[in-house]
Amino acid sequence: MRKDYNLEKRRYVIGGFIVLIVAIYLIRLFSLQVADDKYKTFAENNAFLRKVQFPSRGLMYDRNGELVVYNQPAYDVMMIPKDIKGLDTLDFCHTLGITREQFDSRMADIKKAAGYSVYTPQRFMAHLSARDYGRLQEKLYRYPGFFTQKRILRQYNYLAAANVLGNIREVNPRDLEKDDEGYYRQGDYIGDLGVERSYEKYLRGDKGVEILMRDAYGRIQGRYEDGAYDEAPHSGRNLTLSLDIKLQEFAESLMVNKIGAIVAIEPKTGEILCMVSSPTYDPTLLVGRERGKNYLKLTSPDNIDHPMFDRALMGAYPPGSTFKPGQALILLQEGIINLTTPYPCSHGYINGGLRVGCHGHGSPIAVKPALQTSCNAFFCWGFKNMIDRRSKYGSSAKAFEVWKNHLVSLGYGYPLGVDLPGESRGFIPNSNTYNKVYGEGRWSANTIISVSIGQGEILATPLQMANVCATIANRGHFITPHAVKAIQDTVMPAEYLTERRPDIDERWFREVAEGMRMAVTGGTCRLANLPDIEVAGKTGTAQNPHGKDHSAFIGFAPYDDPQIAVAVYVENGGFGATYGVPIGSLVIERYLTGKIRPERQYIKDNMLNSSTKQFRVIRKPKT
Amino acid sequence: MLSENRKLSDPSAFRSLDWFTVVLYLLLVFAGVLSIYAASYDFDHASIFAFTEFSGKQLRWIGLSLILGLVILLSDYRIYETYAYPLYIFMMVLLAVTAVIAPDIKGSHSWLKLGPVSLQPAEFAKCATALALAKLFNSYNFKLKSPASYAKAIGMILLPIVLIICERETGSALAYLALFFVLYREGMSGMVLLAALAAVVIFVVSVKYTDPSFAGMLKGEFIVSVLIMLTSTLMAGLYARSLEVMRNVGLLFLASIGLMFACESLGWALPWQWIFVAEIVGVAVYFIIMALRDHLTKLFVCAIFALGSLGFSFSVNAVFDHMAAHQQNRILVSLGIKADPRGAGYNVNQSMIAIGSGGLTGKGFLNGTQTKLKYVPEQHTDFIFCTIGEEQGFVGTSTVILLFLALILRIMTLAERQPSTFVRVYAYCVASILIFHLCINVGMVIGLCPVIGIPLPFFSYGGSSLWGFTILLFILLRLDSARKQFRS
Repeated sequence: MRKDYNLEKRRYVIGGFIVLIVAIYLIRLFSLQVADDKYKTFAENNAFLRKVQFPSRGLMYDRNGELVVYNQPAYDVMMIPKDIKGLDTLDFCHTLGITREQFDSRMADIKKAAGYSVYTPQRFMAHLSARDYGRLQEKLYRYPGFFTQKRILRQYNYLAAANVLGNIREVNPRDLEKDDEGYYRQGDYIGDLGVERSYEKYLRGDKGVEILMRDAYGRIQGRYEDGAYDEAPHSGRNLTLSLDIKLQEFAESLMVNKIGAIVAIEPKTGEILCMVSSPTYDPTLLVGRERGKNYLKLTSPDNIDHPMFDRALMGAYPPGSTFKPGQALILLQEGIINLTTPYPCSHGYINGGLRVGCHGHGSPIAVKPALQTSCNAFFCWGFKNMIDRRSKYGSSAKAFEVWKNHLVSLGYGYPLGVDLPGESRGFIPNSNTYNKVYGEGRWSANTIISVSIGQGEILATPLQMANVCATIANRGHFITPHAVKAIQDTVMPAEYLTERRPDIDERWFREVAEGMRMAVTGGTCRLANLPDIEVAGKTGTAQNPHGKDHSAFIGFAPYDDPQIAVAVYVENGGFGATYGVPIGSLVIERYLTGKIRPERQYIKDNMLNSSTKQFRVIRKPKT
Repeated sequence: MLSENRKLSDPSAFRSLDWFTVVLYLLLVFAGVLSIYAASYDFDHASIFAFTEFSGKQLRWIGLSLILGLVILLSDYRIYETYAYPLYIFMMVLLAVTAVIAPDIKGSHSWLKLGPVSLQPAEFAKCATALALAKLFNSYNFKLKSPASYAKAIGMILLPIVLIICERETGSALAYLALFFVLYREGMSGMVLLAALAAVVIFVVSVKYTDPSFAGMLKGEFIVSVLIMLTSTLMAGLYARSLEVMRNVGLLFLASIGLMFACESLGWALPWQWIFVAEIVGVAVYFIIMALRDHLTKLFVCAIFALGSLGFSFSVNAVFDHMAAHQQNRILVSLGIKADPRGAGYNVNQSMIAIGSGGLTGKGFLNGTQTKLKYVPEQHTDFIFCTIGEEQGFVGTSTVILLFLALILRIMTLAERQPSTFVRVYAYCVASILIFHLCINVGMVIGLCPVIGIPLPFFSYGGSSLWGFTILLFILLRLDSARKQFRS
């Protein structure tokens, strides 16, 4: 046996080599397994298919518990293009009830769409009916690559209040961009317009997730840990609307063939009892497969009805004489007049070469009779005395600012903050507006006299008119109007529970209310003088440079314990007494008594059968 | 004679048996079958013993292996040396025949079908080659010195490599290269291994760092130049033992590198690549002069190393361009140059995800998602280590690697205690083959080596591989247990 001790040492080289390699590998394994977390995520992304479970959207009930909006399941036919194998196209088309041409063009459209990928689910067909779904489900195993996904469609028990309820649509890229919480995915639904939009966060609910295991070939191998980590979806919260859906239906019927709006508010709570915009539309048009087509039709510039324009809160109209109670409040509050201050009316306001017409009644006249008779001259004189009283305010501009601020405190000029999207602010000019037009110090009351009777630059939404009426009914305060009365398991936002007080003393409200009562008992609104209900009201006839006058009315009842305050605005309806008063009084009567007295049926029939559309002046939309 | 034979192969073989190795072997094999069970576990799984499952089949292979091991332990220890050459010749013929008649299985012609089982002769030829090599070194007056002796030893290793490459099983063929460790242990100059290592390092660096970002040269060129300078300097001092030469050369290199950085920071562009090349050539000439002056032959070797490395680094890209596209791809992907998670990198990427997602203690037995859901291909054979990594975590992987390390070091200890050259060389063959398989297989799975399809010993599913390694190990145990009978 030869032994070479020199060579024997080489075992340390070989041993050292393997120890070194093992050390390197252990360090590498440590960094892969312990130091670096990213592989865990990769593995989970590989193995787990997180299948979203869509929650049921919250339902909507009216104030009396009537179910208004509910859900109906629908099924989308989805496909993952790379998984489609050996499809019997004809059989498939037959099952879905489509033609071969429709199939081909649909496929071509999908491939052209942005975001197309053969690996991700694409929607082949939306909203399959329950019957088609059943037929497809039976044969689905024959069409690898296709599957169905449950969706929710809205259904409506009443074909009314489309403008308040809103609708749902698929999210668009802008929604996804704005979605900071990361709730929405392409293809999800989101509330559009109305309550559906403003209460989206409550209605949509929480999505659930089912964690499925998927193998390297994309096949589902069952639920991960038997569903231990799954999350069940939580249904959206149900809403109780403040609307009385039957009243809404009734009010909508009164507005048939007329253009305009009705807003009724419960003064005590600010709850909107009905909110009509006419012409309106059938909410079911915006459901399901035909939504896109119908939406285009409804919003088309060629559709002169503009049914999706909610006139009740987006329409800004000259309030006309419905503006006078507010005027009276300001003049009384500012001490320009007292209850007995008389102003002359010689069939109008004549001053400085200016003439604002009026109608026959006694002269001179005090504030309450002026409201009763809707005397233009009284309010022109009052306005002039206020705006031109430099001794008190320093300048017309300063006086005007005081005047404007009172109006703003009454809810004019800015959005009230109703819980519906798209509210218009109306318009109340400030002194700058006139400084720009006439020059600083170069205008006075007479320059702008028409604003004193709710004409000229003044614009208000029917909602604002109704709100002022509710404030007078409450004798000095209001709660921001809102269309939702209660949210399931949640308290309403504080803004819809707290009173807002205009900067005018309550006693003046009492006086103005009395003036409005007098208008009903012996003034311009006698048609609203119901035998068993004490109504107070004010008509309005707003001049309209584009055509026939608009007919307006605000009123509340019962006088001593107001349950409803209503504003009616009928475009091109002529005198306030022609459409405003009858419609307003019918809404009040219907709400308070649940019916229309037989001797007043004729009024209802008149309204149902009349039309103002023929007086409509079609203006080209701005381009 | 007959009675003496009996005496030698009787229970005394068990009394002097190295039980430590046997226990390591059993631990590895049973950990292996559990891993195979986990890797092939399905949601509608059958029992671990069901023979239709991979784990069931593997259990059957293990049973047969144990019987085989027992038979070897009971056999006459002398037959292995006696029949080493005939066995080697037989296996070489079998390899050649296999290359010709074997059917095409995934591009490989290495499987022989014998009734219900398919065997891979390449796995068994390792043992025959090891025995033949051991016998060669033990032959009278054999010394690894003369060119003839080198030719014999190297030829013996290269023959199966060539034959297995003919079977299109490059991975298995490469495993025989491990036997060069044995040559080193038995006297081959360490310079050969160093040169091989240098070649690999130069190759990797040149292929990997091709961004032209350094002093007008490729980053790889700079690193290679510095490495050659460093190695030449160290060799002059430590190998040729001329501290004077080492000092001179070292100072020259340091000065030139320092100068380069200084110029770079001043913005003076000089052709540094060529300056370095000239410097290395100059140093090699200096080595030769000093070698002639001081009669230091080893300085010649240093000069050859420096020039050879330089030449090799120039030819790397030429070599690389001559490789097949898929081989280039595998190399590029494993060096992290090419990200290709769907193509060539898919296996490695998925296996790294599997291992990386295991964390410290793993997801638990049968809870691995990567392996259960078949994201890792070949997960019960070449990529079995993933299952351990995913389900047992770092604790599991480090345990398995340390078990292997213990086994290898134990075998080397056994080798060094042998009175017989035959057994020592054989033992080193076993250790080297295990080292190679461990390094390549685990390195591939954790993304440190190119994907070369060789099994993890005792773990990977497959009868041929398990049997091959069992025979390899148990012959060693048998020989070791009889070491006192060998006369020195």
